[in-house]
Amino acid sequence: MERFVENIIHIAIKCRAFESLLYKKVELGLLKSPVYLSAGEEIPPATLSFLFQKIKPHIFAQHRGHSWYLSFGGNPRELIHELLGLESGCCRGMGGSASIHSPEINMFGHSGFMGDNIPIAVGAAFQTRHPTLAIAGDAAYEEDYALASLGWAATHNLPVAFVVMDNNFSILTPKSARRSWNLVDVARGFGIESFDIDDSPESVHSVFSNYQFSKPLLVNIHVTRKFWHAGAGTDESTPIDTLTRILDSPKLSELVVDYENQYNKLWEEALQ
Amino acid sequence: MTLRDKIKEVTKKHLQRGNSLFGQCLSAVGWVGNTIDPSSPNLVELSMADVAGGGFVVGASLFSRPIYVVRYQGFQWYNAITVCNYAAKSKAIWGRSCPIFIRSIAMEGAIGPVAGSSHHSIACRQPGIKVVSPMTPGEYEDVYCAFMGDDDPYYISEHRLSYTQSEETPALECSNPDWVVFPFSITRFAALEAAQRLQPDVNVTVYPQVWIKPTKFSENQILMLSESKYGGIVLDDDYAFGVASSIAHELMMLTNKKVHILALKDITAGFARRLDNLPPTADEIIDFIKKMTS
Repeated sequence: MERFVENIIHIAIKCRAFESLLYKKVELGLLKSPVYLSAGEEIPPATLSFLFQKIKPHIFAQHRGHSWYLSFGGNPRELIHELLGLESGCCRGMGGSASIHSPEINMFGHSGFMGDNIPIAVGAAFQTRHPTLAIAGDAAYEEDYALASLGWAATHNLPVAFVVMDNNFSILTPKSARRSWNLVDVARGFGIESFDIDDSPESVHSVFSNYQFSKPLLVNIHVTRKFWHAGAGTDESTPIDTLTRILDSPKLSELVVDYENQYNKLWEEALQ
Repeated sequence: MTLRDKIKEVTKKHLQRGNSLFGQCLSAVGWVGNTIDPSSPNLVELSMADVAGGGFVVGASLFSRPIYVVRYQGFQWYNAITVCNYAAKSKAIWGRSCPIFIRSIAMEGAIGPVAGSSHHSIACRQPGIKVVSPMTPGEYEDVYCAFMGDDDPYYISEHRLSYTQSEETPALECSNPDWVVFPFSITRFAALEAAQRLQPDVNVTVYPQVWIKPTKFSENQILMLSESKYGGIVLDDDYAFGVASSIAHELMMLTNKKVHILALKDITAGFARRLDNLPPTADEIIDFIKKMTS
């Protein structure tokens, strides 16, 4: 395994440990508001943080954003407190699982309207010309204003990477029931360089490692939502996700358990 | 100086400070009724994507104080979505303010069911946004100064018919008024005319209002309404079932006096003149007051 892949997997394992433990806490009924687990979708955030954390891009994510927050250095204690609705949470309890905000890592909160972080990210990029990540799912990218955002970013050649976390589902409705087109073709129609890839560390690294934020880019990454859309549970016939396959080794599995134990101390402290 | 010139002056000064002005078709309609100096820096043409355009401005407002021009207020039903649901809430949720100066421009008369009238009630429905309707140069300057000293988004409910206004319109006060009128937006001009024409038979006090949300009634205005013979009337260029109803309710709670509403009717306007849905005219205000007084 190449060194950069090891580093990416290590970041992803931290996220997996956080989400696996959170799953158990949700099952126990400790959380009173909706929780959107990002398990199964950890590798893209891990890879992009590995590549871009030093330039501190503006991050506009939405629900299922725990792994983006953690990968880019967000404080896990503050996220746990946020999930518990505490004043000491990263959004003082206002954001919950879906609307994480962290000035320390340049991560901006999300209102709850699917995909409205995409035009907001584009406007921020227009104003600042700072590297920007517009992260949303395959369904959120169907929003009319998301598509119009691709057009405006192309017109003004903005430094935005449109990251599509394509888990195929809008809650439980598959893409095939929603549309006959794909985003990569649409983005190319706007003149935006675009890729359709799997979520292996090598694939994600390959596409983004040469990206300098000198123009817009759209990358549709096929990921697997390991758990339910919201809450703790597993949909029928969910395929095995990429990170789970990678973790099929005693050494890496032990590492997940080690991190779970570390996070559990934070949970115990918060619950006290 | 006319209101038009004041807007042009304020806008240019704001843009020279490094802020941007965003809008659709900025040059196409005579530079927004000649309220924008085309030589101003940082003028940004948006695409015709109304909803996304509002989102772009909100994104810019995370790092600056943009002006957002929406050339017909009715277009706010699309354009205001991200302003109302992100910019207005951002400070409360994340402690990050989105100070946008939203120039929302009204006009009416033979312009159909969407483009006409004021629609400031949309913005009033959300917490975290301030709504004003300056109709004179002095009021516009005051509102701009308030915006610059604040970090909330401001919805400026403008009206094209006021752009030629150069005089201030102070309150018209009568001792022992029969009626106290609280006009918003363009309705103040009809209210002032009606009050003068009703003299000396009916004493009508008129308090032109700039602040729609939050309302800013002075103690004296409330006292005058409390002591009026018949009560109050709220006038608006938005629908009667919009914020005018809320304001009338607020005034009634403050005074125990009946407060009526004269505003747009609950009907859809058409393009033919005979199918307009217009704000109350001086004649209509006079007829209403005479009817209620008798």
